[in-house]
Amino acid sequence: MSESSSFILDDQEIPFMPGQSVMQAALTAGVFIPHLCYHPEFRPHGSCKLCTVKINGRPATSCTTPAAAGMAVESNTPEILDKRRTLLQMLLVEGNHFCPSCEKSGFCMLQALGYELGVVAPRFSLLYPTRPVDASHPDVLLDFNRCILCELCIRASTEVDGKFVFALSGRGIKKHLVVNAESGKLADTNFSLADKAAQVCPVGVILPKRKGFAVPIGQRRFDAAPISAHVDEFKPVVSAQGERP
Amino acid sequence: MPFELETASHPENLKRVAIEPVSRVEGHGKVTLLLDDDNHVQQVRLHITEFRGFEKFIEGRPFWEVPVMVQRLCGICPVSHHLAASKAMDQIVGATLTPTAEKIRRLMHYGQILQSHALHFFHLASPDLLFGFDSDVAKRNIVGVIAAYPEIAKKGVLLRKYGQEVIRMTAGKRVHGTGSIPGGVNKSLTAEERATLQKDIYQMIAWSRDAVHLIKQLFEQNLAFYNAFGRFSAHNMGLVRADGAMDLYHGGLRARRADGSTLFDHFDYSHYWDVISEDVKSWSYMKFPFFNAMGSSDTGWYRVGPLTRVTQCDFIPTPLANKERSEFMAFDNGSATGATPGYHWARMIEMLHAAEVIKELLHDDDICGTELMSSGKRQERGVGVIEAPRGTLIHHYRVDANDQVIRANLIVSTTHNNQAMNEAIRVVAKQYLDGRELTEGLLNHIEVAIRCFDPCLSCATHALGKMPLEVVLVGADGTALDRMTRNMHDSPATP
Repeated sequence: MSESSSFILDDQEIPFMPGQSVMQAALTAGVFIPHLCYHPEFRPHGSCKLCTVKINGRPATSCTTPAAAGMAVESNTPEILDKRRTLLQMLLVEGNHFCPSCEKSGFCMLQALGYELGVVAPRFSLLYPTRPVDASHPDVLLDFNRCILCELCIRASTEVDGKFVFALSGRGIKKHLVVNAESGKLADTNFSLADKAAQVCPVGVILPKRKGFAVPIGQRRFDAAPISAHVDEFKPVVSAQGERP
Repeated sequence: MPFELETASHPENLKRVAIEPVSRVEGHGKVTLLLDDDNHVQQVRLHITEFRGFEKFIEGRPFWEVPVMVQRLCGICPVSHHLAASKAMDQIVGATLTPTAEKIRRLMHYGQILQSHALHFFHLASPDLLFGFDSDVAKRNIVGVIAAYPEIAKKGVLLRKYGQEVIRMTAGKRVHGTGSIPGGVNKSLTAEERATLQKDIYQMIAWSRDAVHLIKQLFEQNLAFYNAFGRFSAHNMGLVRADGAMDLYHGGLRARRADGSTLFDHFDYSHYWDVISEDVKSWSYMKFPFFNAMGSSDTGWYRVGPLTRVTQCDFIPTPLANKERSEFMAFDNGSATGATPGYHWARMIEMLHAAEVIKELLHDDDICGTELMSSGKRQERGVGVIEAPRGTLIHHYRVDANDQVIRANLIVSTTHNNQAMNEAIRVVAKQYLDGRELTEGLLNHIEVAIRCFDPCLSCATHALGKMPLEVVLVGADGTALDRMTRNMHDSPATP
């Protein structure tokens, strides 16, 4: 392994290819870095901040920072893990996340990361935002209560589906996901259950109707192993042309 | 005044004694006693002090979420809510269950009956029964039972554990699983799970039978006391199978007046509101259901639960439990069937029945089947009724074309027993407390009467928007200047 194509992540040498981010290189090497807005099929977004690491002593989001030879990257340290726990705790109180009755339980990345990072009790006051459900579409339910503003649905609808169904509106703490229709209702768009945007939500916002709880406890995505053991599912996608998002 | 001792004529000059919280019951409640200077009881009330609100906050939620969400009403009998909601949602999706789905649900339910009855009898009630109602309070608890009667305590713990395992294997978790979904179930039993449960079921049947004999023995030892304790007559209601047999999962509603005559029988519960309404009172968060035919909650209140079910059914369709039922019904010329502590005896007969049903289901190959789901013509309204451990449980939902719940009404077992529990504690107050210097042991008699019903006060306080409220503007001299009330004695509208 030549020095010019690798960096050090928590005392482990991580090789990388030109153009890869720290996150992509780590995942390719089988090292999991917690994340929510990163998706292997889309360009990095850098909004959830959960993948923040220290690079040469300075904080940076690993999904947006290009890997460079000789970097010293800290990820799995008490300080950074505590920061990630804090971020998760803030996300959990900012929306209405009731895991006990959520059909995404066992499949939800926010929940899985909560378990992974040891979020065992509430820390901040719940904000209880009012976010009505949009059940207008015949096949898809939108439960905005669980939105973490990762914009994966927006990116998928725009870049893959070419439909521009979703967008963000408002500023600061009032920022929220909206549907691009005059009525604001999903039923008044050309959204389809087959769309890429219907497949990428890491939490329980975009849900196929009438399918909830069909998978028994014990057989759900994150029941058997923690999310960090699913690292292969997050490895970068390499197309036939060798291009990466 | 509708009930003796419900409301004192001059409460302002009376001494107030509160039992708060009522212990060894599920949920939070309190009893208040108003006594005059000679310690004569003038008013007794069981107040339900906690407030839940499920009926309101499930409005707008997708219907398939409801069976999982509403079971959070309770940590003791969540399976009952899970299944009652599922039965209602089966109607919404127009499903007729596959044999595997129905039998897995029955298995889950009877596992629930087994564990809940074991929990109540051994952990909550047995300290009173084994040590005496006014025995040393320091020992009158499950720890004292473990020390003095380790074999009895061990059976209780292991019976409950077995029931919890049945639930885990059918629902995915011991508490708050997800096994039952609208139109069916999401898993059946594996051969390994089935074999594991088969291994111990005969021991569970034997221990359940021992428990029936234990409570029978206690009755025999203190017959006059048990027969008289908190005794009152009441109308009764519960589900029975089409042939009149006990069936705790499904059936028609049977109601009998206090004199034993039939008020209605095999009534289709999908329009229960034709026979039952609910009243509210200013001093409790729990509603007061009553039979429509009797006009009001003052005259039409009734009793549900094990005592009602065992005495109202024509027979129990498992041999050992049916034999015990026959002995119970014949005991001392039927005296135990009207005794409030008879609830314990009936509860143990049901626990034995549950163990026998589990055995039968475990020998039925359908529980390992693969046909789990069905569906049919979509409906707007669904009503699910089940006999939960504590009595008849009604879940009623309306769902719009977008799949969202637009209305929910839950009538929970303990709610049906609201007036009955109040009656029992008033009788006990008159029997044992009236005119006497109150002691902890005497006050425990009140709690013992409540425990006979195994109330779940958490389950029973779930409404929002119907909360009775009275605001009184009082002048400096203490006179009431103005008064505003909401929902003080009005019945909810028909759904």
